Amino acid sequence: MAIISRGFSGRRSAADVKLPPGQYLTTDFPVLSAGPTPHISLDRWEFTIDDGSNVLKRWDWKSFRELPTETITVDIHCVTRWSKLGTSWEGVSLDVLLGDLKTDLPYAMFRSYGDYTTNLPLKDVINKQAWVAFKYNGADLEPEHGGPARLLVPHLYLWKSAKWVKGMTLMPHDKPGFWENLGYHIYGDPWKEQRYSNE
Amino acid sequence: MEGTAVLERVTWRVAKVVAVHDETATARTLALTVRDWPGQIAGQHVDVRLTAPDGYSAVRSYSIASAPNSDGRIEITVERLPNGEVSPYLTKELLVGDDLELRGPIGGWFVWRRDQTEPVQLVAGGSGIVPLMAMIRSRASAGSFAPFRLLYSVREPGAVFYRDELQALSDQNNSVIVTYAYTRATPKDSPRPPGRIDAALIATGTWPSNVAPTSYVCGPTSFVERATDLLIAAGQDRERIRTERFGATGERK
Repeated sequence: MAIISRGFSGRRSAADVKLPPGQYLTTDFPVLSAGPTPHISLDRWEFTIDDGSNVLKRWDWKSFRELPTETITVDIHCVTRWSKLGTSWEGVSLDVLLGDLKTDLPYAMFRSYGDYTTNLPLKDVINKQAWVAFKYNGADLEPEHGGPARLLVPHLYLWKSAKWVKGMTLMPHDKPGFWENLGYHIYGDPWKEQRYSNE
Repeated sequence: MEGTAVLERVTWRVAKVVAVHDETATARTLALTVRDWPGQIAGQHVDVRLTAPDGYSAVRSYSIASAPNSDGRIEITVERLPNGEVSPYLTKELLVGDDLELRGPIGGWFVWRRDQTEPVQLVAGGSGIVPLMAMIRSRASAGSFAPFRLLYSVREPGAVFYRDELQALSDQNNSVIVTYAYTRATPKDSPRPPGRIDAALIATGTWPSNVAPTSYVCGPTSFVERATDLLIAAGQDRERIRTERFGATGERK
């Protein structure tokens, strides 16, 4: 039974009905990062897919940018409770990156410059659910928001959308990444409010 | 495991407001006693939930300002945001004796543990001082000799939180070295004109890189970006820099 806060009425808007539980709407773009922002030059940048022992696919920036891209307009939800509606990105679909790759490994650990990691089931990043995004609102993605390129998995809390992403490692079993090891939920569905590991 | 420590602690608890005092014209510290509080590590935060009579609720996160103790009492310092939904209530409406709901402590990364002995560099922008103050207080209450420095950037002298306590802590033996930086208006005797932090201030106000400190940087996003870039340019190891950023909304990110 919640305690009623004497004199508190709150601020509600019609848009709130579209938000996952416990989220509030923001129009700015806050930043959540555990450490300094890495500044990665494009001539050093690469994205690789491996299975833990062998590199299966590799792109440098030039070959990555030759891949077909999509424009994505999605709502995003951060575990720190802000949501932002109708954000616009340009990126390469994971369907394109995985392409004809055949694998029985059902999980992936995404790896970033700056040593961030986050885990995702493979089924959550295929079929038009995830992109490696390099533009936000038509402009090159700023380093503080994950540029030159970040993962975008909008149906999960935004910590899953790894900034400064540099690759994915396919795995036979799920295992926790950086924030998941620090008590955040292993999956992170905002509509089920899976913020922390016991929710 | 840090993960399991967090796991057991995120149930909602009842907290009673036992004292309030204003830090500045726009910030207030709330002292709370929390039933069955499990204790915290310096740098962690809590979620605070307010509920309206019709059941509508709003939750925000606030860093804990007080040192860990065993009496179930914590303090949070809340900066009032002009268009905030929760912070105006916490800083103006809430009275001693009121109950709140909160859960925590939360966060296993931006923390300072009492068994850390290495030098520590704290860098605060505005209300980003709050979790860093918890670390300073934790160091003091633990009798730690870990060398601490604080570089604290504020708009003007009147915006400094915990001024007297920081003064006292920097005057005693085994002190915390405190350097203030003012962005809009300085005290009369300030040697430096108002301005954003820069390389010269990093050179005089932080540990040299050969000390190899662990750094904790907290404040608005633009401040954290600038401060961490300057620390790295001054030779600090990026892997030893931990950050916590506040969004433009001013509430914890």
